[in-house]
Amino acid sequence: MIVYFAVLGVVFLELWMYTAEELSQLIKEKRIDQKKVIETYLKRIKMYDDTIRSFVQIKEDYKIQDGDFSENSFPVPFSLKDNIMALGFRTTCASKALWNYQATYDSTVNGKLKNADAILIGKNNMDEFAMGSSTENSAFFPTKNPWDFQRIPGGSSGGSAAAVAAGLIPFSLGSDTGGSVRLPASFCGVVGFKPTYGLVSRYGLVAFSSSMDQIGPICRSVRDAALITEKICGFDGYDSTCVKKRTSLISGIERNTKPLKCAVIKEYLDNTDHDIKSLFDDNLKLLKWAGIEFDTVSFEKHDSVLPVYHIISNSEASSNLARYDGVKYGLRIEENSIERMNMSSRNKGFGEEVKKRIISGVFSTSMTNYREYYLNAEKMRQKINIQLNEILKEYDVIISPTSPQKQYKMGETTDPMKYYLLDNHTVIANLCGFPAISIPMGFTGDLPQGLQIIGRKFEDSLVLNVARTVEKKIGVFEDGIYPFPHLEASVK
Amino acid sequence: MKYKTIIGLEIHAQLMTKSKMFCSCSSISSFNKPNTNICPICTGQPGVLPMLNEKAVELAVKASLALNCRINRFSSFDRKNYFYPDLPKGYQITQFFSPIAENGYAIINTGDRKKRIGIKRIHMEEDAGKMNHDYHGNVSDSKSRIDYNRSGMPLIEIVTEPDIDSPEEAYLFMETVRNILKYIKVCSGDLEKGALRCDANISLRHCESSEKTGRVEVKNVNSFRFVQKALEYEEERLKKLFLNGGHIFNETRGWNMELKSTFPLRKKESENDYRYFPEPDLPNVFVDEEYVEKIAMSMEELPESKLERFMYSYNMSYLDAKTYIEFPELADFFEECASKSGSFKAINNWILGEIQRYLKDSNKNLTDTSFSAVKLIQLIDKINTGIISNNIGKKILPELFVSDKSVSEIIAENKMEQITDEALLEKIFEAIIEENPEKYESYRYGKKGLLKFFIGELMKKTKGQSDPKIVREIVYRRLEEICESGK
Repeated sequence: MIVYFAVLGVVFLELWMYTAEELSQLIKEKRIDQKKVIETYLKRIKMYDDTIRSFVQIKEDYKIQDGDFSENSFPVPFSLKDNIMALGFRTTCASKALWNYQATYDSTVNGKLKNADAILIGKNNMDEFAMGSSTENSAFFPTKNPWDFQRIPGGSSGGSAAAVAAGLIPFSLGSDTGGSVRLPASFCGVVGFKPTYGLVSRYGLVAFSSSMDQIGPICRSVRDAALITEKICGFDGYDSTCVKKRTSLISGIERNTKPLKCAVIKEYLDNTDHDIKSLFDDNLKLLKWAGIEFDTVSFEKHDSVLPVYHIISNSEASSNLARYDGVKYGLRIEENSIERMNMSSRNKGFGEEVKKRIISGVFSTSMTNYREYYLNAEKMRQKINIQLNEILKEYDVIISPTSPQKQYKMGETTDPMKYYLLDNHTVIANLCGFPAISIPMGFTGDLPQGLQIIGRKFEDSLVLNVARTVEKKIGVFEDGIYPFPHLEASVK
Repeated sequence: MKYKTIIGLEIHAQLMTKSKMFCSCSSISSFNKPNTNICPICTGQPGVLPMLNEKAVELAVKASLALNCRINRFSSFDRKNYFYPDLPKGYQITQFFSPIAENGYAIINTGDRKKRIGIKRIHMEEDAGKMNHDYHGNVSDSKSRIDYNRSGMPLIEIVTEPDIDSPEEAYLFMETVRNILKYIKVCSGDLEKGALRCDANISLRHCESSEKTGRVEVKNVNSFRFVQKALEYEEERLKKLFLNGGHIFNETRGWNMELKSTFPLRKKESENDYRYFPEPDLPNVFVDEEYVEKIAMSMEELPESKLERFMYSYNMSYLDAKTYIEFPELADFFEECASKSGSFKAINNWILGEIQRYLKDSNKNLTDTSFSAVKLIQLIDKINTGIISNNIGKKILPELFVSDKSVSEIIAENKMEQITDEALLEKIFEAIIEENPEKYESYRYGKKGLLKFFIGELMKKTKGQSDPKIVREIVYRRLEEICESGK
């Protein structure tokens, strides 16, 4: 920390450039005013978000707490992906089906951040019901990549990543079902962390695929990721898949890792875009000099990962999304029978991608296909899990580029199979519940690219520790901050 | 042609937990105002998750033990997917692939013999809400309202083997299960409140060819007697249909109480596809032997064995013992008294006589009153030792229910001690004779029936506080003495 601030002393930083950790410290030490910080971000949102369109709701009548902050306070502004419940806000999931849904309760994560004096100022755009990898599937509008307005920010937490990347918010919480936190973080040049499944309560996260969904932070440093995750994790009486485990993530983050052994999956590199691959190789060289060991390993079941992921996630989604039937809340199209009202409401409420996935999920779970599809996918999931755990027995972490492809131009990809490939390197962490992080590793041309580190279940602190080590070693983290896009030039 | 009737039952029993199956809403079903006992979880708001009520598991295990089932160490929850407005999540959380218990049975008593009815499985699940339809003649004016108070109520479903041969047996089985569940305090058994509901499947089988007919499911019948009636009706209908060569389809039928007949609800040619798959939001339920043992130890005695124990230990008639099985509160009270005194017969007479009558008339539970086992024993003692008469005992009983005073205090306050002083009674008798000389003359001339009159008068004069035995003795002795002496 001390070294860090010394560096800050040299570089001139504007308020919005600080990490959440630094802002929290500065506010708590009364060196800057909390209100001023919030106003700064709100001003930037007004200035740039008409172009980037990362927010779907903004709250300017926020309430701040008077008096002193406690040791555990984290009094910074933040935003939530619009599939996480927060009282006082709508939760739309960027879907017409929930366009008017006013939150009826608080998610556990929002409750925890509220208790830590953090201030929620907005909700971020996303792919409808988190189904997608580009944020083009929002029923409202697509979000732009702050580094190139022609291109996608990744998804499904694209609004969160774009907002953090553009300096419109210090951090945001996204949800990651197949890479939805890590991919947009990678595409926008920020940090995105998916904790171990069960570390953070899912209560209040609108379910897509219950066995894989996990909430995670999108932020500007690995330290932030650790700090924020520590604030939101922990046992929750409202989520029975949430574990009872004491988690300390920030305390050991700076410690020198013992000689690290990292696995690089051969098949993943074979499938990766040439420019990204060479950027990744350059970084590996850098890390090798720093004493980190790498081995290329083979992951035989890699071909099954995406089909298994889609069968399971779509099956769960087909059931999770059944409640949007027009009866209780959300969009209702009046008809003269309940069945027709259900059908019309769902037909008008859901977008194409969502319908596609529901239909696929209904297919895989129907009586005649259940064994062949759902059950086989679950069996294969077990095998994948065994194989990856074998690799992780020998190696501390698995390292790969976060995305196999560069940021598409908006509307460019019409082939769904190609589109789904964006998740190719990230879904294993969801299928097996592993913790995984994406951190910026440099640029291909003007576009930032991310590096992914996957670790063993419940070894979140090791993953963060490795990520912090890598962060310090690789070139983009110059002067202690990741670069910002030059918005002033692009937005009039 | 001879046919055998095959009946299988599915009994839904609401568990007597404090809260609902997966949320902390109350599970007391007496919320009359719609949608006043609901929360985000039981109304299926976006983003909610179920939390399993551990008490529900305990009660399900209890029921499984009482119904002689094999309890599965691991069971799990699944989703049954279908659209219906009263089902807020679009799926019901139930146990499809691995239920909590399997392979049990219950013994029914058909009067002349006992029969074992197999239980295929018992599983836990959540209840749905309720739909209320206001129908105004045409569709556009009609409204349907949904009340989610019941949504998420904890249930067990008991599925029998098709071992039941007649509607009468079906009724006996339902009653047996109801008594058992009530007894072990798993289910209130309150049919009116829907705490116990039964769907019945009936089909016929040809005795020689074993050819089976389609299966008719009778649903939404709100009393066991009506289930029996509906099954009787169906049995006849199916037999006629079959004899006339008609084909019996699988279908679901309802019961019309006014017409005393069933009517079709929906044809079930192909089975509904509920797309069952494991509930990812809930971990497996693990029930180890130690846990089961603990529940078994703490379990209430089952009605069947209690009945026998009451008959043999307390020398009670079958009918009396049966009454106690039906009213566990009275049975507990009886046993409390029996542990304090050996006058089982008197205790039994009081409880099933005056006490039960008082409770029924005043519409009270025994525990709501000030009455106690100690009071009853005191009362019986006072009667046995002749301090008060049985009649006086009955007279002061109501006060014992409402006052905290002891039996002795009440007797003393009202000067109700029995007059056992024979000299005093004789003196009163003399006075009666003087008041009624003509009656006395008639007696003397042989109208012996007047003995009753004198006894009655003496009782009246002593306000019933005299021992009838002594009174009778005195009156008879004195009258005879007087006659003999020729006065």
